[in-house]
Amino acid sequence: MAKETTLGDLLRSQGVSRRAFLQFCTTTATMMALPAAVIPSMARALEQARRPSVIWLSFQECTGCTEALLRSHAPSIESLIFDFISLDYHHTLQAASGDAAEKAREQAMHEHAGEYLLLVDGSIPTLKGTSTIAGINNLDMLMEGAAGAAAILAVGTCAAYGGLPKAAPNPTGARSVEELITDKPIVNLPGCPPIPLAITGVIAHYLTMGALPEVDHLKRPLAFYGENVHDRCYRRPFYDRGLFAETFDDEGARKGWCLYKLGCKAPETYNACATIKWNQGVSFPIQSGHGCIGCSEPNFWDKGGIYDSVPMAQFGSGPKIAVAGAVGVVAGAGAALLARTKKHKKEAELHADE
Amino acid sequence: MSLLDFARGPAIHWALIILVAGTIWRLLGVLVLTRGADLSRPRDAFGNFKGYRTVFSRAWPSGEFTTATRYQTGMAYVFHIATLIVVIGIVPHIEFITGLTGASWPGLPNAAGVAFGIIALASLLALILRRIAKPAVYCSNWGDYFAWFVMAAPLVTGLMAFAHIGPRYETMLAIHILSVALLFAWFPFGKLMHSFWFIFSRAQSGVAYAHKGVRI
Repeated sequence: MAKETTLGDLLRSQGVSRRAFLQFCTTTATMMALPAAVIPSMARALEQARRPSVIWLSFQECTGCTEALLRSHAPSIESLIFDFISLDYHHTLQAASGDAAEKAREQAMHEHAGEYLLLVDGSIPTLKGTSTIAGINNLDMLMEGAAGAAAILAVGTCAAYGGLPKAAPNPTGARSVEELITDKPIVNLPGCPPIPLAITGVIAHYLTMGALPEVDHLKRPLAFYGENVHDRCYRRPFYDRGLFAETFDDEGARKGWCLYKLGCKAPETYNACATIKWNQGVSFPIQSGHGCIGCSEPNFWDKGGIYDSVPMAQFGSGPKIAVAGAVGVVAGAGAALLARTKKHKKEAELHADE
Repeated sequence: MSLLDFARGPAIHWALIILVAGTIWRLLGVLVLTRGADLSRPRDAFGNFKGYRTVFSRAWPSGEFTTATRYQTGMAYVFHIATLIVVIGIVPHIEFITGLTGASWPGLPNAAGVAFGIIALASLLALILRRIAKPAVYCSNWGDYFAWFVMAAPLVTGLMAFAHIGPRYETMLAIHILSVALLFAWFPFGKLMHSFWFIFSRAQSGVAYAHKGVRI
């Protein structure tokens, strides 16, 4: 019976007004750069949509992605979307445990084969036995889950690109979803954690349009990851004027100047943090006084120090340059010695001729 | 490894090593190869000292050549000064130098950096156009054009990265850093070494002539 409930029924039962629902549709359509004409059809499609089956697999992760989504702001329509979908397996949230939980997963995979959405958070260890759920290796569970999925959403940087578990020396042989699954449509929603609206927006797009949204070369939806944080940052004018915070407690920091010199990675980071922000648009990391750490970019943890600014070269310079200087001295001295020897030999020859 | 990771890591790393090793190699290789002593008595007791003035006196051509050379001399000064300001004046470059040396100083606003970058590029274009227009004056070879190219590339790519023209910012930044890496790696082996040679060549000429009692 529950499977026949539409989103419209559910929202009404939760006391959500039609105005609020249309606001959500408008926001989502706007964020995903869809034309205004789509909004009524999106509302209609969402309202009449049936509960799609979603299996959420959590592997090497910190549950931050789930936390961000659930605690985004309550009660939210984004969270109701998650109430609406048939979240058949999520081992952090589900009431069932042990065999019952695994049976629920297997049942959902069987009943909705080829139709369910697979959401994955956390990277997948390829080293057997390093991370298991109910005795099943993460890799095996992913492969099994992906086989019958209609599409896969890699939620969070760990699932999308390997994230922290994949950082050097990567002791578990962690891999991202797209490195392991190549025959299914995949959308990456990176971020540590990702912006909740990016997750619900992609799900809403899928429910409405029956297809995944347009993505960039890193499989991120362009609507949320189309522009870099720097270009949308409210501190950008200070960057242009050459006004920077030099430390976290100097005058520049107190005046809200640009954090570029303090290692802000916004110029090379693509995300919607500066526009959507967090906690109902209250703030985002740069607004709270810390530079962007580039968490929605692949391998961000191995890209040098968090407090090294974007243009800094990523290598230990001093000793190597000194060695290079020494090599230059040796080569130069050698070259000079050879040239002098040749010169003297030539002079000796000339004198001999005389 | 992304293109930017490669550019900021191994590429610029090895380019700097080649720059340092190559520059010292060439400097030493030439400077240690001293000329034999001139056994004639100097015409002027302070001849050698006066000769060193040539390093500065040749900073502008002699009056006889003013008409023929003021265009390229003036343009060359504009180019060198604007480029120097861009290299040491804009914040990302200062950050790069700080990362290597620890030294830091205040930077220019972006608008000033862009203005000097455009001035540098325009003057560089003016210089190459003259070189092309007057082949008999310059007798250019491919080394001249290649030196021009490796100098122009960082200016063009840097301005493009700032203005978000062309590929995405991080790709353009990577291309800019790679163009600088090419400049660093080529520097010791091409005509860009005039950055060092101009001092020694002027001094050598000055000393040689001063020894003979000629002031140049």
